[in-house]
Amino acid sequence: MAGYLVQRTVFGLLTLLVITAVVYGLARNMPGTPLTSQLGESDPSRKQNPADLERMKKAYGLDKPWPEGYRLWLGNVIRGDLGRSISRKQPVVTLIGERIGPTLLVSGTAFTLVWFLAVPLGLYAAARSGSPDERLTSLLLYVLYSFPTFVAALFLQITFAVWLKGTPWELPLFGMTDLPTDAPWASRVLDIARHAILPVVCQTYVALAYDSRFIKATMEEAIRQDYVRTARAKGAGPWRVLVLHAFRNTLIPLVTLLGLSLPGLIGGSVIIEQVFSWPGMGRLFFESIRERDYPTIMGLTLTFSLATLLGQFLADILYCMVDPRVSVES
Amino acid sequence: MSGDGGFPSDSLRQAAGPVETLLEVDGLQTHFPIRRGLLRRRVGEVRAVDGVSFTIPRGRTLGLVGESGCGKTTVGRSILRLVEPTGGAVRYRGTDIGRLGGRALRDQRRRMQIVFQDPYGSLNPRMTVRAILEEGLVIHSMGAQADRRETAAVALERTGLDREALERYPHEFSGGQRQRIAIARALILQPEFVVLDEPISALDVSIQAQVVNLLVDLREQLGLTYLFISHDLSVVEQFADEVAVMYLGRIVEQATAAELAQAPLHPYSIALLSAVPAIDPARRRKRIILSGDVPSPSQPPSGCRFHPRCPLAEAVCRQQDPPPLRAHGHLVHCHVASRQLEASGDVSLAAVALAERLTGE
Repeated sequence: MAGYLVQRTVFGLLTLLVITAVVYGLARNMPGTPLTSQLGESDPSRKQNPADLERMKKAYGLDKPWPEGYRLWLGNVIRGDLGRSISRKQPVVTLIGERIGPTLLVSGTAFTLVWFLAVPLGLYAAARSGSPDERLTSLLLYVLYSFPTFVAALFLQITFAVWLKGTPWELPLFGMTDLPTDAPWASRVLDIARHAILPVVCQTYVALAYDSRFIKATMEEAIRQDYVRTARAKGAGPWRVLVLHAFRNTLIPLVTLLGLSLPGLIGGSVIIEQVFSWPGMGRLFFESIRERDYPTIMGLTLTFSLATLLGQFLADILYCMVDPRVSVES
Repeated sequence: MSGDGGFPSDSLRQAAGPVETLLEVDGLQTHFPIRRGLLRRRVGEVRAVDGVSFTIPRGRTLGLVGESGCGKTTVGRSILRLVEPTGGAVRYRGTDIGRLGGRALRDQRRRMQIVFQDPYGSLNPRMTVRAILEEGLVIHSMGAQADRRETAAVALERTGLDREALERYPHEFSGGQRQRIAIARALILQPEFVVLDEPISALDVSIQAQVVNLLVDLREQLGLTYLFISHDLSVVEQFADEVAVMYLGRIVEQATAAELAQAPLHPYSIALLSAVPAIDPARRRKRIILSGDVPSPSQPPSGCRFHPRCPLAEAVCRQQDPPPLRAHGHLVHCHVASRQLEASGDVSLAAVALAERLTGE
């Protein structure tokens, strides 16, 4: 077990090193710099004079070639310093700390909804496979899955914020809250919840469609196995067969799916957060790329990569728990 | 086929007393729909089992043989209602199993068990041997909870495995050991009737004999009734009292194991038997190679289903389904064999004549 952990950690660190180096290299070689993107590109009248630009470049360490910059960034990260955002003049850690809460609120709620709905839906679809009601459900889910989130988001905004304006069904168009920070605690919670509904719906439906189809497919695979027939021959009822025998054997692929969804949980959705102006990680990522805010890009990249590796690691640990045939020694 | 049809010549094993019919299969049909297109319209059906009848007396073994895809496995599964039959009836001690539902069906399931061909697939990989064995007891509320472990241990030991195996998982065992677990799993419910669906086909030859002997011992000890499904005639001859040969969803010939081995009447049975290797050169038969493939069970041939491949086929075989002919407990569906039997007046003589006509000697 200890050897396995060491091995996983070493491989994980190597992966992180490659990812961050590649992303840093790409970011630094994109046209534009944090300095020009803020000023000169958006407003020609505020063209900086070359001497100032050189001075600022030096101040931010942008005068050095990118491998040198990467080495410096890496050294700081190892010392526990993610650096300061160039465009926001704040430590990257503070920025992430501010943004991760709103993201977790939406993605965590969506994640919980998805799994609570997808498992029964998948089981139902597998149990009634081929029946008219199952085929209709599957068709609807398939339509949902094919529907791009940005279209769905706009459709939801028009419906709930425009057409239903003035009715009890009205929902906020975007943002996280309309109330000032000194408003009463309870009304703030309610307001944020109302703002979160549409982003949550958007983030739920695609994953729900995908996951329930996935569960159905793996269940149908399990149902065809002889041990399911054995269970029926024992006299086990349909639910016992479905849940205890078939579903338990689909846990391995489900755990993989679960592990893969961890980065999304922390990273949020760039598109949804952008459309709904939700102050989360995804939107921060998008903005930091637009502003060429290298320290923030790198801080987020590191966070997402860590989450991905952690998700895979957790999935591996869970394998051992759900499948007696898997153990880390072998 | 009626209840008095089967097993006329009692084997030595249970010669005394009247024989009670345990299972009666009457005109069993199991068709699987073929669906196509977006609307999943029914465009045809696979007639996996198409009118199969036989009876098995209590304590006896009926061997069901035939090529892959002839429907023998579906017969076994239809009897247990693991597959819903399309037509016909399965009567167990006179009760029509097809009409049972809910609790009555569950109780019936306890009495009729099955051992599958593949011991790697038939045991749930997520469950310990103990959980696999005890589950049936739990479902049928058999025995007190405290005694179940012991019941499971005894069941395991009866199949020649150590009780240490209880807490282990199926993947820790070899194929032969797994099949023993599968047998223990079936027998722990104290069934009267067991379907053995090719129970030794997936095992090494060296293990096959062990498992066959185990099944024979258990039959003696527990007075079990077996339906033994196999494609291997030589094993069935050893193991079964009576043998039924299936072809394309139908039984073409049925006789006691000894009689079928010595005097097969249906051209298909003769060909099948000629493929069984014999050690004794005197018993060695000339191999009859059938031409062509088994036709699709979704479009069975007209008349006798075997006629497209039968070297002795005549015009009548293409048009008429051969009626059953019974001669001293020997049942055969074949126009040619029926006529030969009439001419020869004796089953053995007819069998010899038919075999000569087939081999061209």
